[in-house]
Amino acid sequence: MGRWTSIAGGERHVFDSLPRLLAVASPRRSGDELAGIAAASDAERVAARFALADLPLRAFLSEAVIPPEADEVTRLILDTHDATAFAPIAHLTVGGLRDWLLSHAADAPALAAVSPGLTPEMVAAASKLMRNQDLIAVARKRRVTTAFRSTLGLEGRLATRLQPNHPTDDLRGIAASTLDGLLNGSGDAVIGVNPATDSVPNAMALLHMLDDLRARYDIPTQTCVLTHVTNAIEIMRRGAPVDLVFQSVAGTEGANRGFGVDLSILREAREAALSLGRAGPSGEVMYFETGQGSALSAEAHHGVDQQTLEARAYAVCRAFKPLLVNTVVGFIGPEYLYDGKQIIRAGLEDHFCGKLLGLPMGVDVCYTNHAEADGDDMDGLMTLLAVAGVHFLICVPGADDIMLNYQSLSFHDVLALRSMLGLRPAPEFEEWLTRMGIAEPGGAIRPPELAGSRLMQLALEAGHG
Amino acid sequence: MAEAPVPEPWARLRAATRARIGLGGVGDAPPLPEVLGFQMAHALARDAVHAPLDVPALEAALRPHAALHAASMAPDRGTYLRRPDLGRRLRGMDAAGEGGCDVAFVLADGLSATAVQRHAAPVFHACVERLPGWRIAPPVIATQARVALGDEIGARLGARLVAVLIGERPGLSVPDSLGIYLTFEPRPGRRDSERNCISNIHAAGGLRPELAAAKLVWLMREALTRKLTGTGLKDDADPAALAGRPPLPPPS
Repeated sequence: MGRWTSIAGGERHVFDSLPRLLAVASPRRSGDELAGIAAASDAERVAARFALADLPLRAFLSEAVIPPEADEVTRLILDTHDATAFAPIAHLTVGGLRDWLLSHAADAPALAAVSPGLTPEMVAAASKLMRNQDLIAVARKRRVTTAFRSTLGLEGRLATRLQPNHPTDDLRGIAASTLDGLLNGSGDAVIGVNPATDSVPNAMALLHMLDDLRARYDIPTQTCVLTHVTNAIEIMRRGAPVDLVFQSVAGTEGANRGFGVDLSILREAREAALSLGRAGPSGEVMYFETGQGSALSAEAHHGVDQQTLEARAYAVCRAFKPLLVNTVVGFIGPEYLYDGKQIIRAGLEDHFCGKLLGLPMGVDVCYTNHAEADGDDMDGLMTLLAVAGVHFLICVPGADDIMLNYQSLSFHDVLALRSMLGLRPAPEFEEWLTRMGIAEPGGAIRPPELAGSRLMQLALEAGHG
Repeated sequence: MAEAPVPEPWARLRAATRARIGLGGVGDAPPLPEVLGFQMAHALARDAVHAPLDVPALEAALRPHAALHAASMAPDRGTYLRRPDLGRRLRGMDAAGEGGCDVAFVLADGLSATAVQRHAAPVFHACVERLPGWRIAPPVIATQARVALGDEIGARLGARLVAVLIGERPGLSVPDSLGIYLTFEPRPGRRDSERNCISNIHAAGGLRPELAAAKLVWLMREALTRKLTGTGLKDDADPAALAGRPPLPPPS
């Protein structure tokens, strides 16, 4: 076990392990304070960053933050590390990696080429030396494209998950929220419902309703019921129309066990979904959610800071070629991310780390009522992420998720982002919006009550009203 | 854009959900009444999180039962929100009589003192009526409290069961929802999987206090009979069907 020292601010600081160095270098957040691993002072935090800047990237290959014998995520990270891709940056320190990422030499192809050579810990470490501006600038260069019925992640596009949740899974209620979203131009990444009751028959009823809706109106998007992966396997066995298999994942084996999953069950689920033959040639059939703090919440954090563990969750995600990944950044509560400042920082870190590791990284820009945050903070984060080229954002009617009792973005928010920044929906979906009379040719969404859109008429005629 | 009348289709769709659908807008923004309505809902939820429990009012609502008082290690709301571990540990509580009891009720502020203020005393009284012959500890009012604080309180009272009536995290539509967590043989270190939960007790279409009490009493009897709570105890009883059952003494 190594020791790292820095002389900074007139004092000598010693960090006796790699997890400790990473934790102390992290921007302040309540979750690390709760775990008792945060910097004791602002000066100590910056001193750790000086020490971290000098750490060779190779150190992460010889010293795991969680021992491989204790954790299958560590083994996955080490076993899948691509030494050839790593070679061009193998000589760098963490500070050197930060500089290279920001340099104009690190363009889109260069960043894509190096992705398989980066470990989550390297990326997390670099992020701790970067300002919010740096996280945005680098993520913006790293486009990740995925495709199913719609093509996501293209330059100049901003996609959305339409999240039409209902507290009792009422099919008409979910259909009503879905219709509202579609009429506002949302839903090109996925129409994804969190079920209130996590059972196989309930999820199947929801899946059939969503798939009927999608097929009837020929909507170029995917549907998903965010039920547990073991339920999804059973649902596929029973022949229900599963586009995407969903699962929440975390950055340690123990935390994943808390979610009731391991790598082998995810592998089994992916193979089952591929065998349905619904996906495109790229075979992107998985949808993952993550979020800082989940490992601490599961008491499986091994003394590692929550942002490094979050980046390790992305190693789990990328092993299964997902169509979509998002961090549910403000959902977990103020004991992990206390206020708007911490939520905004974490959202930018998660997006940066996910993109750099090659993931189709989206964000649920959100907050709970016991956090020190409000809609103004979300306005900031959504704008920063849209500038950073986020893969997709989640939105719900009027920003109010009436089932999960938290606030995400609204359909209106995404309309505003697309207007302000000149961003457009996924191309297939954009064409569909025009065909249905929801968008004017050229892209502007028409007010649904005036549009006389075909979708609204069809929905009412078909009894969905 | 001129103000358009609310179109008929949205009225029909709104009957199926209380989601904020069909809002209309000004440019890309929602109309001002929607914006202010949303801000008011958020303000009520935040006030529910931050408002202190009115302990004298709750004491009065619990009469003729005299309440005991307990406080967690969290000294204030800010610390409480950041440090759930402190909210689970007892700083102190009033001395209680010797001899143990079948059940102790803890009325805990949790994340919505408003919920406890409104719904906890009615649930407590409805339970007591249904528990003839039970040895019931004086109700304990606990402040800056998380669910697990009930473990230490229950252990100090020598309770076979502890029922923690606690304010749930407020949502935009319901800032005053009460939850109940029942734990067999409470003691520090009990896991959440060792508890049964009844949630969504409130007046806006949630579970009514009498029905919540009927369900809780049923769970309490099952817990004492089977000597456990948590994932091993299925709580699929229909509260409405339980409401008509006669009160019974505790299983030995």
